[in-house]
Amino acid sequence: MGLTNEQIQNKLTEKFGEQVTAFAEPYGMLTFEAPKDLNLKVLQFLFDDETLQFRFLTDLQAVHYPNDKGRELAVVYHLHNLVDNVRIRFKVFTDINTPDVFTATQLYSSANWMERETYDFFGVNFVGHPNLKRILNVDEMDYFPMRKEFPLEDQTRIDKDDEMFGRGGSSN
Amino acid sequence: MSDVQNILLPEGSIEKQTITLNVGPTHPATHGVFQNIMEMDGERVMSSESTVGYIHRAFEKLAERRPLYQITPITDRLNYCSSPINNIGWHLTCEKLLGIQTPKRVDYLRVIIMELARISDHLICNSILGVDTGAFSGFVYLMEFRELIYEIYEEICGSRLTTNIGRIGGFERNFTPVAWEKLEKFLKEYPKALKEFENLFTRNRIFIDRTVGCGPISAERALNYGFTGPNLRAAGVDYDVRVHTPYSSYEDFNFVVPVGTTGDTYDRYLVRNVEMWESLSIIEQAYQKIQDFKGVDAEVYHAHVPEYYLPEKKEVYTSMEALIWHFKIIMGEIEMPKGEVYNSVEGANGELGYYFISDGGRTPYRLHFRRPCFIYYQAFEELVKGSMLSDAIVVMSSLNLIAGELDA
Repeated sequence: MGLTNEQIQNKLTEKFGEQVTAFAEPYGMLTFEAPKDLNLKVLQFLFDDETLQFRFLTDLQAVHYPNDKGRELAVVYHLHNLVDNVRIRFKVFTDINTPDVFTATQLYSSANWMERETYDFFGVNFVGHPNLKRILNVDEMDYFPMRKEFPLEDQTRIDKDDEMFGRGGSSN
Repeated sequence: MSDVQNILLPEGSIEKQTITLNVGPTHPATHGVFQNIMEMDGERVMSSESTVGYIHRAFEKLAERRPLYQITPITDRLNYCSSPINNIGWHLTCEKLLGIQTPKRVDYLRVIIMELARISDHLICNSILGVDTGAFSGFVYLMEFRELIYEIYEEICGSRLTTNIGRIGGFERNFTPVAWEKLEKFLKEYPKALKEFENLFTRNRIFIDRTVGCGPISAERALNYGFTGPNLRAAGVDYDVRVHTPYSSYEDFNFVVPVGTTGDTYDRYLVRNVEMWESLSIIEQAYQKIQDFKGVDAEVYHAHVPEYYLPEKKEVYTSMEALIWHFKIIMGEIEMPKGEVYNSVEGANGELGYYFISDGGRTPYRLHFRRPCFIYYQAFEELVKGSMLSDAIVVMSSLNLIAGELDA
């Protein structure tokens, strides 16, 4: 039985030194961070290395932490080594004002739509993406709806006439 | 030609040698709301651009304002051909976050439900593939059994399509004797119908001509495109979440993971068919295992987690404790532990993942659904490029694209 989380961590620190940080194992899955301009190098290393072989991109999405100044957006990659059946989670954080992260489409074809979805909802600008446009929302939308500054629904809003749906009158 | 143009054509459309064809958003062949803009040279597809999002319902945003139980009905609407897998997958994710262990009997009951859901999904996919290649009768044979499966759901949770089945920790009630009866009936009758269905299709000359070599994908490309589930296995990779990361005691069952070789439509059809047989065998094994529980154990249908499992209605009306818990659970007034968890189950279409970040509040801080459909649909262009339009329709059908899962 192959790879342990410890081995992966050692391999990564051996290659990238101090730059890969925040190793943790929430619920058994090795999680770590890297600076955003290193994301492709880390992904490539994980892909190419003979023992690591993380060649399956399970999932890619973003998380918004509005209170974490300078690193508001996290892009999270879930990678899977299908040979040893190990999963890892890899994060890069970016400033929300310059949300430029290199695209992983060259490495994984599956990243294409996942990155488009992430752009669509969080506005992460994937540099080098072949077709970075909105995918699920309408093209005319001019904001990124999954960011935390858009509350889901304000129960006290008065601009919407919901009389027909039994949610108070339009008198105010 | 007169100077007066009756039809306004876009610039350059006469000179252009190809036709732009819209397949969808509401086309009978798409079986759902999504669009393919195809550039056609005669009957050949030169390129195809997919447009999705027509039924996007912002589930991930909705989930950020909802307590756990209000998210279960959202998951129903992902792959609505096999909602119980989504529901149970979601509950398993919550259990992983909350550290809840379920009793073996609950696991086996869940396995029965999930495998029934898998059968109901695959039978739709394969029989609709038959319809799309021009054979309607197989569909009629199998559809009857989806009805039977839905009746079993109905007996267990009260609803049929969007099931909202189960609770965190197990089920809301034990399987009734009627449910077991219906299950026995299904186990007895379905193999015959499935055999008949296979006789109609598997060695059918027309069906083989239409599907062999149609939309093939290599194992390498399929992995690169993030394929999972039957579509990946048809390409020859034996990746199955049930085997690789067993959940809900799948490790107790013996079953074969079928794989194809070329990843074409015919292989996808065969893999789904074999999976239906394997699911039947798993259900039978689970049924036998459940028969072995005796006495008190035979009545267990949920774990003991009063903070998350709704108390019985009778108790809610008679005891204060139960009433308080009922209220708290319904209103979502329970704080979850902090954590970050990824959990996946083998959905009918592939790895259905839930990435759940809790910041210790009452609702998820972030919830992301890994929808297998969404991820493998992007390979569609590569699969159909250069093929005939009628083949493209068959490929689309064999991928089992479910609009609800595409758009979340």
